[in-house]
Amino acid sequence: MFPRPIEKSSRSWQMTYQSLLPVALTLWLLPLIAVAIFSVKPDTDFTSGNYWGMPSSFEGFNNYGKVFFASDMPRYLMNSILITVPTVIGAVALSCMTGFALGIYKFRGNLILFFMFIAGNFVPFQILMVPVRDLTLDLGLYNTKTGLVLFHIAFQTGFCTLFMRNFIRALPYELIEAARVEGVAEWRIFWYVVLPLMKPAIAALSVLIFTFIWNDYFWAVVLTQGIESQPVTAGITSFNAQYRAAYHLMSAGSIVAALPPVAMFFLMQRHFIAGLTLGAVK
Amino acid sequence: MSNAPQASARAKTFRPGFMARNRQVITPLLFLTPGILFFLFYVIFPVIQSFNLSFYKWDGLGEAEYVGLKNYKKLLTDRAFEVSLWNNFKWLILYLLAIPAGLFIALFLNQTVTGIRMYKSLFFFPFVISQVVVGLVFTWFYDPTFGLLNTILEQFGLEPLNVLGDPNLATYGIILAGLWPQTAYCMILYLTGLNAVDPEQIEAARLDGAKGWRMLWHIIIPQLRPATFIAFVVTIIGALRSFDLISIMTYGGPFGSTRVLSFYMFEKALSEYGFRMGYGAAIAVVLFVIMLAFIAYFLWSMYQDEKGAR
Repeated sequence: MFPRPIEKSSRSWQMTYQSLLPVALTLWLLPLIAVAIFSVKPDTDFTSGNYWGMPSSFEGFNNYGKVFFASDMPRYLMNSILITVPTVIGAVALSCMTGFALGIYKFRGNLILFFMFIAGNFVPFQILMVPVRDLTLDLGLYNTKTGLVLFHIAFQTGFCTLFMRNFIRALPYELIEAARVEGVAEWRIFWYVVLPLMKPAIAALSVLIFTFIWNDYFWAVVLTQGIESQPVTAGITSFNAQYRAAYHLMSAGSIVAALPPVAMFFLMQRHFIAGLTLGAVK
Repeated sequence: MSNAPQASARAKTFRPGFMARNRQVITPLLFLTPGILFFLFYVIFPVIQSFNLSFYKWDGLGEAEYVGLKNYKKLLTDRAFEVSLWNNFKWLILYLLAIPAGLFIALFLNQTVTGIRMYKSLFFFPFVISQVVVGLVFTWFYDPTFGLLNTILEQFGLEPLNVLGDPNLATYGIILAGLWPQTAYCMILYLTGLNAVDPEQIEAARLDGAKGWRMLWHIIIPQLRPATFIAFVVTIIGALRSFDLISIMTYGGPFGSTRVLSFYMFEKALSEYGFRMGYGAAIAVVLFVIMLAFIAYFLWSMYQDEKGAR
């Protein structure tokens, strides 16, 4: 192990390390802690200039209550869910299929198709912006959740295919050969042999795509504009305009908007990290 | 090809249908079709269309007018474009600091004391939060009247700084905000990498008297190569994609000093003062070409790996 395990070093360094950890963490998360403190302060603290002192009263329930019951935040959150969940399902389903085709079969153009998916995934959003906006307008899907979902599915398929194909590549190929010798139809091999083995990859991709899509801002701004379809990342700016200078509410709103992917991360940590670090170890 | 005679012998007894004979081609084709269609219509064609559009003048509504290379010529004398390009360069260079910073934190946290898992997760935390919220959080952090930064500076008797209001500082302020989640990402890559470092090599090196920096440089970092490669890829892409933070924190200001190509393109194409789609497309093409250099390099190194595999 590197660096040298702390148990093997002197007692005093062990103590230093143990006390250094919380200090470093506090410094690292300082901007976030500040916002968390803001979100439980009463508004009088801001008017009286008590920004960084102790909150004069605990108003957490009040502030968050306002965000949930007296603002548009719940609608934006709902929109985000209705955009994110179908995208996850669509992109994962499509990429299970593309990944299977590219990972199992040898045919001419396999590698070229695979590289097309990877390259597309790295492309800057701006080069897609105008044509995708036009396409969405032509389909009559501008400012709808469906329009956003369709684009997200298509774009995420690039990354998902890369992920799935490499995962399937690492599965034991003998399994598929054995099934073929038994005379199992190809689609049955996909459904009964490969798909059950892909569960960890599906879980990892799902949490990753959930986070990516939930946190998307650019496409939300380009393809939607109103409360009926905007996700929470775009909605938070209107929310902030509504509560200008009400820092306690803006902070509470930001925390609410950020929370779902955070919850997802803490619940599915193992899968999340496995997905993010795919390829970091050979 | 040794089984070819057998196959033809079998063909005499019964002739499999077209589907059965070409199963190894048709099956992957069927599985690929939906994914490829989606990808073609939403990613590949739009790239080509944008290239085409960059030779036109178009307000997004009326008829597009062919103008040849005029959009590109205009870019050459556009001051705002120059600023954006220069800022992209700053982003690219400074964003790479996330890699050593991530490695540093990973080395710091690569221990097995109690509660370390919780620490690792909490250090990773900023990456999970949306950039919009990161932008807001840092905007308040930098705020000249009540921001935490200036409160701290005041404690040390220093002059207050208006980071986002100063054209010379604003871009660096935003990059710093961007480095926060990016460093967290690199950290998690390196933590995973460090987990897989061969303990025997470390012991052998230790017996040879290697420690500290020399150990890190000669033994550890070479073994972290795959993690470094991915950190490099995601950091470069992240740097060139920077949009959310700029849009939230300064909206390109003050005086357009924090624009980057991605933001400038958006501003031009969907400007409040009439859409300039053609000009925007030209900016996007420039950004795409810069990115293409990196994409080509990434694909090339992946191709080298593929050749080695089955």
